[in-house]
Amino acid sequence: MAEAALALESCTKLFGREGAPVHALNQVSATVRAGRITGLLGPDGAGKTTLLRLAAALLLPDSGRVSVLGMDTRSEGMAIQQRIGYMPQRFGLYEELTVQENLDLYAALQGLSPVEKAARQQELLALTALGPFGGRRAGQLSGGMKQKLGLACALLRSPSLLLLDEPTVGVDPISRRELWHIIENRRAAGVSVLISTAYLDEAERCEDILLLHEGRLLVQDTQEALQGTLSGRCYRVRREGTPRRQLRTELAKRPGVLDATIQADGVRVLVEGGSPPAAPSEQWDAVSPRFEDAFVNLLRGQAASLQRPEPPPPPRRDLPRAQDGPAVIEVKELWRRFGNFDAVKGISFQVQAGQVFGLLGANGAGKTTTFNMLCGLLSPTSGTLRVAGQNLGRAAAAARARIGYVSQKFALYGNLSVLQNLDFFASVYGLGRQQRAIRRDWALSHFSLAPYARVNGQDLPLGFKQRLALACALLHEPLILFLDEPTSGVDPLARREFWSQINGLAESGVTILVTTHFMEEAEYCDELVLMSQGEILAQGSPQAIRSQAATRDLPSPTMEDAFIALVQAHEAGLRRAS
Amino acid sequence: MKRRLGALIRKEFLQILRDPSAIAIAFVMPASLLFLFGYGVSLDARHVPVAVVVELPDSDTASFVAGLAQSPYFEPQSFMDVTTARAALRQRQVEGILWLRHDFSRRLLRGDTAPFSIIVNGVDANSARLLEGYLQGVWQNWLQQRARTSGQPFAVPAYSTDRIWFNPALRSRNYLVPGLIAVIMTLIGALLTAMVVAREWERGTMEALMATPVTISEILLGKLLPYFFMGMGGMALSVVLALSLFAVPLVGSVWALSAASALFLLVALGMGLLISTLARNQFVAGQLAVIVTFLPAFMLSGFIFDIGSMPAPVQFVTHVVAARYFVSILQTVFLAGDLWPVLLANSAALAVMAVIFLGLTWRQSRKRLD
Repeated sequence: MAEAALALESCTKLFGREGAPVHALNQVSATVRAGRITGLLGPDGAGKTTLLRLAAALLLPDSGRVSVLGMDTRSEGMAIQQRIGYMPQRFGLYEELTVQENLDLYAALQGLSPVEKAARQQELLALTALGPFGGRRAGQLSGGMKQKLGLACALLRSPSLLLLDEPTVGVDPISRRELWHIIENRRAAGVSVLISTAYLDEAERCEDILLLHEGRLLVQDTQEALQGTLSGRCYRVRREGTPRRQLRTELAKRPGVLDATIQADGVRVLVEGGSPPAAPSEQWDAVSPRFEDAFVNLLRGQAASLQRPEPPPPPRRDLPRAQDGPAVIEVKELWRRFGNFDAVKGISFQVQAGQVFGLLGANGAGKTTTFNMLCGLLSPTSGTLRVAGQNLGRAAAAARARIGYVSQKFALYGNLSVLQNLDFFASVYGLGRQQRAIRRDWALSHFSLAPYARVNGQDLPLGFKQRLALACALLHEPLILFLDEPTSGVDPLARREFWSQINGLAESGVTILVTTHFMEEAEYCDELVLMSQGEILAQGSPQAIRSQAATRDLPSPTMEDAFIALVQAHEAGLRRAS
Repeated sequence: MKRRLGALIRKEFLQILRDPSAIAIAFVMPASLLFLFGYGVSLDARHVPVAVVVELPDSDTASFVAGLAQSPYFEPQSFMDVTTARAALRQRQVEGILWLRHDFSRRLLRGDTAPFSIIVNGVDANSARLLEGYLQGVWQNWLQQRARTSGQPFAVPAYSTDRIWFNPALRSRNYLVPGLIAVIMTLIGALLTAMVVAREWERGTMEALMATPVTISEILLGKLLPYFFMGMGGMALSVVLALSLFAVPLVGSVWALSAASALFLLVALGMGLLISTLARNQFVAGQLAVIVTFLPAFMLSGFIFDIGSMPAPVQFVTHVVAARYFVSILQTVFLAGDLWPVLLANSAALAVMAVIFLGLTWRQSRKRLD
């Protein structure tokens, strides 16, 4: 058997936008070694899906050559498809068909004989724990179960090469662990795996790494080699009496520091090398490098265009910041029912002024439903909601004038320029002519959008789209800012920048409510609630929640460990009750 | 090969049975169209409200109005003078006015022409023309009868004997319901097929299908065969309803009807699949299918509007509308019988279109995503 399960030789793939074709892949040469798990990493739009489709012979390169298991995709596409398993981003399941019918269909399509089929299906149903759900329609499965079924369909014929396109996006941490368990099980059976993911922590489970950025291959290396370059360069820094956020801002500016993020009860720092630029009274502990450090290290080393200085924090507005005064957001016994499905089941929480408050949970946990009710976009079935002192049921318009909202997909007008977008949103918020000019200039300078003022929204780089969306939501100087999944699919640098903006806003007294399914982002919040299936599992500061899950075996659990422990405890409780 | 195709067909049927929108297009829409055109829409003038103004009633006017009242076409309403009748016409309480002036009987005896006036509402030009013609017919009948009873010779120089072939009762239902079959089969063959293929693209199932070792012909056949059966089923249902519920005669043979339907269905499926190779989302596919296949089948096929009375450029355009040939076959087989010259000529046109559309689809479809 050849050493390479997949080989790309200077492949270029263009996608036509009229006149100006976009490079989905630009001269990419890469190999995926047989019998190993290779991670395909990169932010949205990096070219991950295109590369996987080239490997599945669903696309042909404009130039260059792709060979899979020693066969050329141009001439032997059909033979390749006999030997690969491919799971597209949207699983490829027929929602009207049951679990069993989906498995039967794909078994027949992959040419399994009835005897083989029965044996394989039994094995896969056991592996995925989908056995009890054979008669349920695929459309009625949870996100995690759909993923597992999609994976089972791709595994029916025991492929030589398994291609998985972002199988873990938006899936709750428990399902994610189960999926990885299945993938590792297949790898042990000798299957080569190429898996794309936007979660950098998953890269740590891969043996080899391919890193794409804007259509180019930045890195192809083994996990160990990548982390090796970082050994002795990662630290956790603590200083008595200084809040983490402030310490982080300070450290990020210090020469020699490449990256500073808030983690657990300290600040995680990546340095350029040599001795750490520690200041007196600080405590620097060496920690083991993670993949995200490697990624940041690489991107910081890239061309100057990627060097983005941290924007200055917004001027202090000294908004009332009564920690013990009335809460800015008050939610009591909030229910929301859709048909006979309870999306939100009687949750209560309070948010104080100037806090960064997080709503954490997987897809389908009820985050977005809660969020839409808070913004006044959806009316609750029962319960009360007070936002900025207004009862949303009665004075929705008055409450809305005090909030800013950034939706998941950045609701900008793609064919309006940056200036036109800003003007439009300013007029929607009812700003006067003079005020509009002042705020527009503020947005352009504060978010460094001036060079892009005349560029259309759709042509902005993703990070700048995000800045523009944030700028638009801040034009009317809201007291409260709502952010719905603001960082999904964005590269880690843009994500860092985004959080430093958010921290700056919180410092100036704006209350921020944010939803996310990235567990590690919880660390940026002052206070958070963990949601699962419409209920709140835990509430408190990140440290408090993590410490709830601490056990003797796992003294300092990550937020993900904590989430899994809490969900399992909750489910066990339900079982005892019933 | 057989196992894969069988699995695809089975999947398609399961999806149709469980998807409310497919059932709506395949069963509910055809049924409602049939009932609408069978019971609701009528192009015949029947029980039309007509204002009758008699300025000087006598035995002649009474007998004329009685003749009018007996006719199934009119519902005469008496008005005292023509001004109130005009007001009623303006408010569309009546569709026309029959005005017998005070000298009606006198001029009739003298043998004068046009002793009465007809005023019709020209807003609805089609009904107006029908009404005018029917009123003239009633007048002719009455004159004949009057001449016969009074023993006087009838003084019209030329005399026509009318005979209406193929649809002697002149029931519009008799030609509307057969024509509907063409519309229903377009609905299933083109609209539904284009939408279900687009849905596979939209949901990403097409991508997963293509990554398996199926061939492109299996994918295409896996769509063609189920919707072919659905379309023939729709045809059979329409024929049964036409014959039983709406009492439309079937003069020609069932097998000629089936053969022509199968041929037309291939054209419709070809169009549907071709649209789905161009449009990969349901909205665009649906819009395209409605504009390119369904509306022409409705407007330009001769199903409702006679092609012969369209302007020449529009008549020319109807030649590329497949439904035109099928409507002509349907109306012939149902009402006139197996007239081979008509059937063969139209079938030949359909066969050419089927080859073109299916051939283009086969050429356009590749196992690639771009």
